[in-house]
Amino acid sequence: MAAEEVGSHNSRAARTAVRRGLAPRLMPAITVAASLLGFCLLWALAAQAWPSRALPSPIQVWQVLVREAASGELPFHLSVTLARVAAAYVLAMVIGSVVGILLGIHRRADRFFNPWVILFLNIPALVIIVLAYIWFGLTEAAAVGAVAVNKIPNVVVTMREGARALEPRYQEMAAVYRFSTLDRIRHILLPQLQPYFAAASRSGIALIWKIVLVVELLGRSNGVGFQIHLNFQLFDVAAILAYTLAFVAIMLLIELLLVQPLERHASRWRQRPA
Amino acid sequence: MHPVGGSAPLRVDIAEKTFSSAEGVSLTALQGLSFEVRQGEFACLLGPSGCGKTTTLRILLGLDKEFSGSFQLPEGGSNRIAAVFQEPVLLPWRTVEQNVRLALPRSERNADLGQLFDSLGLAGMLPLFPAELSLGLARRVALARAFATRPAMLFLDEPFVSLDEKTAERLRHLLLSVWSARPTTALMVTHNLREALMLSDRIVVLSPRPAHVQGVFDIRLPRQYRNTQVMSDLLRSFHEKFPDVD
Repeated sequence: MAAEEVGSHNSRAARTAVRRGLAPRLMPAITVAASLLGFCLLWALAAQAWPSRALPSPIQVWQVLVREAASGELPFHLSVTLARVAAAYVLAMVIGSVVGILLGIHRRADRFFNPWVILFLNIPALVIIVLAYIWFGLTEAAAVGAVAVNKIPNVVVTMREGARALEPRYQEMAAVYRFSTLDRIRHILLPQLQPYFAAASRSGIALIWKIVLVVELLGRSNGVGFQIHLNFQLFDVAAILAYTLAFVAIMLLIELLLVQPLERHASRWRQRPA
Repeated sequence: MHPVGGSAPLRVDIAEKTFSSAEGVSLTALQGLSFEVRQGEFACLLGPSGCGKTTTLRILLGLDKEFSGSFQLPEGGSNRIAAVFQEPVLLPWRTVEQNVRLALPRSERNADLGQLFDSLGLAGMLPLFPAELSLGLARRVALARAFATRPAMLFLDEPFVSLDEKTAERLRHLLLSVWSARPTTALMVTHNLREALMLSDRIVVLSPRPAHVQGVFDIRLPRQYRNTQVMSDLLRSFHEKFPDVD
């Protein structure tokens, strides 16, 4: 008994020691900062070598960014787009997860609906957007719905994979010990689906915000996509880049401050290699 | 066929269990399997590997409903059953303590399990996740989970398989001490004759596939007297009765 216990305590102690070291923790951050700085430098050099309205320098883009932020335009359009991304994301994840899990569990339903999934996976985003605007008018619901419909098949495919990989022995253990339905969902089903949900979620955010810009460009009068369209007509590359970078920055912040900590929390039980 | 008594909490009478593959090949795993386990008894289902012991257990646990025949589990009072599987089957995303408490009904989740954890040497492990445990420790958590529910009937499926003999021996003693603190009727599946002789009040000996009951070996001697000398006597008298079982 003693030997077993000492073994597990040792590995625990080793892990806390790794966590305490500060330098190894900061290394990735320094690398990322250096990498980004290098990119800006290269960009600045290129802008200097080929001076043109089509290739503004990082400083010029920064100035536009500051000006738009001060006028309140940038925060307004960013928040409008962000709200659309959030709405489409929630809609796609909920519907996609439910459908995906059901298809993963029910073989026959899956065989029947699989062609539909493939069909929707292959319809170009643009077609869905255009049809949504034609059928439902240039409305907010049509815009958000079109984005969600674009994303749902991806979520379905990922979550279906997750439901197929469910371990029957956990289900059997729960049956023997008479777990309630709620406990089965909370402690057996969701933890097993979590990695798939995280994967669908991650690729979801990236895909959705790109489609939201197209939706805004085609049929909305606000949002980052609308601004890019406007500045395209004005041939204002600095403004296009300013809006794009601002939005990319926000999506990165969401990834770093929301998605990654949540994921770390959800997978804290996985043993890290010592 | 063995007579089925009135007070036995576990009565099994499986007429037939057949597996059929997709290619139409069918295989009879159990045929005419009848036995009973008396109240408070620790019984072993002993048989060669692959004879259908685990199949029997899965039927009794309600995990396999495709068979002909019937069985009866303890009735009235706490009619809970508990199982210790061949693998510990702990939820990797829940701590040791959560794994044990989740098996309890919601109203009993906060029950005092200190003594149970202590007696299994788990007191210091409660906040750990299963991935941080050795197989021996994970097996103890599985035992804790089973006994925590105070089951009317406990099923164990080769709970000490794939452990080194020293750890297995220690776990057998732990099992017995927890079992005497929280008594219940128990049925354990094993192919290890020595293990069966050390733990059981009654050994139900199964034939090779299709499994039926070859005979029953009752041991009246209390466990604390089963020393090396007694064990070899038991082994001898077992072999006199069942010459082909090893």
